[in-house]
Amino acid sequence: MPGLYVSGVALGALAIGAAMASLVRGPALAFVYPLSALAAVVLGVVDLQVLLSGSEAAIRLPIGLPTIGFHLRLDTLSAFFGIVINGGVVAASLYGMGFDRAKELTPRVEPLFPLFAAAMNLVLIADDAYAFLFSWELMSLASWALVVARHTDPECRRAAHLYLVMAAIGTVALLFAFGGLAGPAGGYAFDTVRAHRPQPMVAALVLTAALVGCGSKGGLIPLHAWLPLAHPAAPSHVSALMSGVMTKVAIYGFVRIAFDLLGPPDWWWALPPIVLGAMTAVLGLLYAVLDRDLKRVLAYSTIENIGVIFVALGLALAFSANAQHEAAAVAMAAALLHVLNHSWFKSLLFLGAGAILHATGRRDLDGLGGLIRRMPRTAAFFLVGALAISALPPLNGFVSEWLLFQAVIAAPALPQAALHFASPAIGAMLALAAALAAACFVRVYGTAFLGRPRSAEAAGAHDVPLAQQAAMGGLAFLCILGGLMGSVLAAALAPVLHKLVGGALPGPGSGPTPFSLIAFDPARSIYDAPVIALFVAIASLTTLIVVHRLSERRTRRGPAWDCGFPDPSPATQYTASSFAQPLRRVYGAAAFAARETVVMPPPGDIRPARFSVVVVDHLWRVFYAAPGQAVLGLSECLNVLQFLTIRRYLVLMFVTLVILLSIAAVTT
Amino acid sequence: MSQAYEISHLLAGVMLVTSFALLYQERVAAVLNAFAAQSITLALAVAWSAWSDNRPDLFITALIALTLKGIVIPVALHRTVARLGIHREVEKVVGVGVALMVGLALTGLAQALVLKVAAGMASHAREELALALAIILLGFLMMIVRRNAVTQVVGFMSMENGLILAATGARGMPLVVEVSVAFSVLISLFVFAVFVFRIRERFDTVDLEALDRMRGDRR
Repeated sequence: MPGLYVSGVALGALAIGAAMASLVRGPALAFVYPLSALAAVVLGVVDLQVLLSGSEAAIRLPIGLPTIGFHLRLDTLSAFFGIVINGGVVAASLYGMGFDRAKELTPRVEPLFPLFAAAMNLVLIADDAYAFLFSWELMSLASWALVVARHTDPECRRAAHLYLVMAAIGTVALLFAFGGLAGPAGGYAFDTVRAHRPQPMVAALVLTAALVGCGSKGGLIPLHAWLPLAHPAAPSHVSALMSGVMTKVAIYGFVRIAFDLLGPPDWWWALPPIVLGAMTAVLGLLYAVLDRDLKRVLAYSTIENIGVIFVALGLALAFSANAQHEAAAVAMAAALLHVLNHSWFKSLLFLGAGAILHATGRRDLDGLGGLIRRMPRTAAFFLVGALAISALPPLNGFVSEWLLFQAVIAAPALPQAALHFASPAIGAMLALAAALAAACFVRVYGTAFLGRPRSAEAAGAHDVPLAQQAAMGGLAFLCILGGLMGSVLAAALAPVLHKLVGGALPGPGSGPTPFSLIAFDPARSIYDAPVIALFVAIASLTTLIVVHRLSERRTRRGPAWDCGFPDPSPATQYTASSFAQPLRRVYGAAAFAARETVVMPPPGDIRPARFSVVVVDHLWRVFYAAPGQAVLGLSECLNVLQFLTIRRYLVLMFVTLVILLSIAAVTT
Repeated sequence: MSQAYEISHLLAGVMLVTSFALLYQERVAAVLNAFAAQSITLALAVAWSAWSDNRPDLFITALIALTLKGIVIPVALHRTVARLGIHREVEKVVGVGVALMVGLALTGLAQALVLKVAAGMASHAREELALALAIILLGFLMMIVRRNAVTQVVGFMSMENGLILAATGARGMPLVVEVSVAFSVLISLFVFAVFVFRIRERFDTVDLEALDRMRGDRR
């Protein structure tokens, strides 16, 4: 009870803060971020306490629908996701505290920020369908309002519109999911839903609806189209929240429905999340590698990570259905740890992108460059985030990816032929995604921070205020710490894993060192992050020393060779587009029908040669443009009905009546 | 007792015949007379069931039908037509022959439907219901085969006659319902009347085609 009490109080504080902030203009807006950070810290501590102690708390408020009420429950699963969310909120608030009070605080953004954060927390503790959908919609609308804050930009308006449409579709799907879960009796409290197991057909419907509802919020392909538009359109710290944290609420929704409410899983439940997740992972990164907008690249990479998490969840369902609890725990731990890790490094990267945007006013990679000299701290933090998201040891991204691959390797032991044969393909696609992620972030980091500035703005960049550096630094620290202490985090997840899949990872005590992460048994699957970190450090230092010692240090004089830079123009550098060209040629031709054309003027003509690339987004064409066209065409056809004469309307009614009467006469 | 049913069937049948008459009349005045005849027959039919079934409240219904629909409304419409000077031929959408054939088919449909659907009812009530349904459908048909606003009003009222006949046949329909039906008819008549005058004021005709032309419709 105390946990929920504090939660309620803090939520109330957030809501009151929102209300006050919307009433008070001007300087009072500056209090929004410190208050949000404080509330999020309190909530996070409560969540942590609940997760560690395993105590649950529930309450029923007499608001909402008359007979249903408003059930709230804080259990270990909610608490884990609460930690993820409130961590992101703290970082984003800290970043917001660095804003210039006079210029950067607007009543369009700041009052909605705590509302958005509170709504996400509310989704996690909702314990009936009504409370869940209410908070889910609140979250969608608050984030939509944040996206549309810069409404003067037509691009923003388009993104916001698409987001609103997709959010509505997702909520309708969730409505169906909960309708199916509630069954004919209509018990909407989660306790009643857990009590009975739905029919297989109903379960399939619920699972599909949950995938559509949560997948559209998380960016599962083909429901992803709004995400790379809407996430970058918001202010950067809000982008960090949306991409790093709100997508996790979508994951939470799916976990809650598939693992908790729907009852014991059947093996075929695993197929849709695994297949869609793997496709999402690869395609998301292909989009990311080809895009030239920094924030959009990050948003596409979010899509990839959501795909990875869905694959892990699908594997957990498959293992769970076959009563392989240890393997299910590994897959589930991979999913949950990736949720946590991704919330850290994606928030870090978005805050870094915000810092770059703040310093240069540009988001296009081909206009940046050389920022490592002008923004050294941001560069360092961004590098940590880029390494972590590329899943390099000993950072945190590697921990969850390693666990996921352990689960994939264990998948051929599943008895069902479909899963048996799918697992190598899934493993290959995940490996491809991991490699593409590394390429993608080498490209981002190399283009933005290395080389020489490609624009005057990039040349005049400066580092961001201290609070914003602190936000990024804290997240970077967490990325490193999470990498080294992966086994501790996995051990803390044990109550959640027991609750969801009925198993847990072997504790860290059974390994050779206190920080060994063990997936199955110490003999065949063990990851010892501190040892590896130590090895990496020693190897690098040794190499450095050896190279410095053995290389010739005497200054030499030789003929001028231009040092590889014959032309001082920064345009001669490798750009984001040129870096992506090989990948575009290999994968783009198939995935996006990418075509390159070179128009070369004849000799003697002084016009420059033109190089252009055409990329077709098949997913948009098939899943968005075509249905849109169909709806438009249909409404054009039906539009005729709008302009008939009175007599013709009467004829329509009459003919309908006669037809119905004839049917009645024939059938009875 | 069967004699009572014979007579009420006879009256309902006369109403159906007047419905057909409404379909083929070419002049507005004749349409109004046919309608008045139908309404008076309705009043007779209702009064006959009131007397034969010993349900005195139906006399009120009969009285309403007689005064309002048999006398007041036809007279009012006659005067309107005279004042507007529109007692010429009514333009029809389909020919008389086609309209009558369709009307015949609808009557057949009504018979077939009611005989099947209401298989459990007593046979005399079934017959009466079938006739009432046929009158309703013919009234609707009249509304769509005429282009003139006044004749549309008449078609509508004719449908209403069929409804009241059906209500009389169905035992146990409370008076309140009938009164409310009567009032709804009255109100819709007012609405129609207002429309007719507005149309007339604006277009100098009550031919609905004027409305269509105004909206830029082409046929």
